[in-house]
Amino acid sequence: MAESTAQAVAPEVLTSGAGPRRVSTSLRRGLKWLGVVPFGVYVALGLLAPFVAIAIAAFKNSSTGALTLSNFNTALHGTYLLGLRTSLVLSIAAAILPGIFGLLIAYAIFTAKRGNVLRQVVITASGVFANFGGVPLAFLFIATLSTTGIVTGWIKDLSGVDIWNHGFTLYSAYPGLFVVYMYFQIPLMVLVILPALEGLRPAWREAAENMGAGTWQYWRYVGGPVLLPSFLGCLLLLFGSAFAAYATAEALTGGTVALTPIQIGALLNGNVVAGQENLGYALGVIMVVIIAIVMIIYTIIQRRAAKWLR
Amino acid sequence: MAAVADVEAGAQTPASATGPAARRRSFPVWRWVILLVAGAYFLIPLYAALRFAGLKAFGDIFKQSGFYPAIGLSLRLAVITTILTLVLMVPTIVYVHLRLPQIRRSMEGITILPIVIPPIVLIIGVLKVAPGFLLSTPYLLALVYVILAMPFAYRSLDAGLRAFDLKTMVEASNSLGASWPTTLWRVVLPNIRTAMLSATVLTVALVLGEFTMASLALYVTFPVWIVQFEQNSGPVSTAASLLALFVTWLLLMLIVTVGGRGARKRGGAQVALFTVAAPAESSQTTGEPE
Repeated sequence: MAESTAQAVAPEVLTSGAGPRRVSTSLRRGLKWLGVVPFGVYVALGLLAPFVAIAIAAFKNSSTGALTLSNFNTALHGTYLLGLRTSLVLSIAAAILPGIFGLLIAYAIFTAKRGNVLRQVVITASGVFANFGGVPLAFLFIATLSTTGIVTGWIKDLSGVDIWNHGFTLYSAYPGLFVVYMYFQIPLMVLVILPALEGLRPAWREAAENMGAGTWQYWRYVGGPVLLPSFLGCLLLLFGSAFAAYATAEALTGGTVALTPIQIGALLNGNVVAGQENLGYALGVIMVVIIAIVMIIYTIIQRRAAKWLR
Repeated sequence: MAAVADVEAGAQTPASATGPAARRRSFPVWRWVILLVAGAYFLIPLYAALRFAGLKAFGDIFKQSGFYPAIGLSLRLAVITTILTLVLMVPTIVYVHLRLPQIRRSMEGITILPIVIPPIVLIIGVLKVAPGFLLSTPYLLALVYVILAMPFAYRSLDAGLRAFDLKTMVEASNSLGASWPTTLWRVVLPNIRTAMLSATVLTVALVLGEFTMASLALYVTFPVWIVQFEQNSGPVSTAASLLALFVTWLLLMLIVTVGGRGARKRGGAQVALFTVAAPAESSQTTGEPE
């Protein structure tokens, strides 16, 4: 609290010296924003307007057009509630585990020398795999872990156990989709956490060591606390990315798994019942609201992280 | 406490218990374990798909019906998206760096949105509001892909602009009498060439792989064709997917390697593909006492 008020007051004190010129500065300050107008307009048209249109339609009856809450009522009950819950659990799991693993990989290549070949391979591969998804990714895992997949065969040869007879299936939210989602979640984590790792200054480590701290103490009292906000921020980003994923689940399960994005797709393709588009829009609004909550938390956490990453 | 730390360090590397040398030597073991596990997880599926497809399928890709129209559409979309993205983002980000550094964090927040906003929600909204003349052309997708490309494009370009002293260069150029367009074209752009290249590759990778929006908008782009074609021949579809993946990866490797070499020659920073809450302003604060 004390900090934020100090920050808010400081500019006032600085500018108050320039009394008579205040009008022209405020005009100039207004003109300054002209440069970001094209970007702002594009975002407003491409990101905001579609959402507003969906939100309005979500409150309307699909056939009569009358205002109603029934779409949301349906969206929060029965299969759709189940789909939402499955989506949330899957996304949380597909954020935490890949998050930890991605951090370890990022740290492993961060400690390698700059210009190291391995480092470049990992970073570029992350750039490609983080964008990888949908059908190609589904193909990869069908070839690997389906009933006739290579790894399924290896496990059978080595231990005599057919994992598909022991509860494993590739075509469900967990474990199937969870295993597959890691394929783009881990690289995404590597990409987003690396800059935070690079913000850890060697000087802090040296200072800690000069005061007699070991590796564990350094991470417990210096590195860990500095990294924690960035790490949590990245986890939230991973959550959002898993929550938004549609193509992979659709390709792998053929739309049979009960996840919210799949349900939206089914409603809007007219595959289920015609005239239920507005229910799909309501589900879309619910997804965006959940994402908005996550993004607000993300922003708050990033603001704290920024304090150390100067 | 200090004694414990000494003993630990001593146990790991009896020769030199001090500082960086001891640390560097204690890393490799766990580093290799992590990288091996990761390597297995990422490479085995690639190998499995490669074996499933078989080498012959790669040659067959080009003979399939519908391949050329689909890849043609995807490539045209990739070109248009890339041009639009660069034309929109480069001047905006340069402007923000020079005149509105205080909104950089907001820009970061806005441009991260397309990663987390479900593409399915975005495309149904776009299909709802887009005017008729846009709905009837597949190039509507390019307009939406610009939004999708923002997270990666913004971060590459932002990192590129941070890697050199933009403000001084621009001031120098202006004081030598160069106009704004000249400064942008002949001073700023050459310095962020690598960043623009990595933004381009990431954008192209995104467009060539995007399925959700294209399929809901009912246009047969390359990924949509792969799915439709899967019913005819699984191996050929898989081969096409792998080919797209390898080509993108090779391009990215090439750019990062060439860009990194060029940057080192000029004494600049290496190419950063993606940054979130990066160690910002480091170039600007170095002169100030901390």
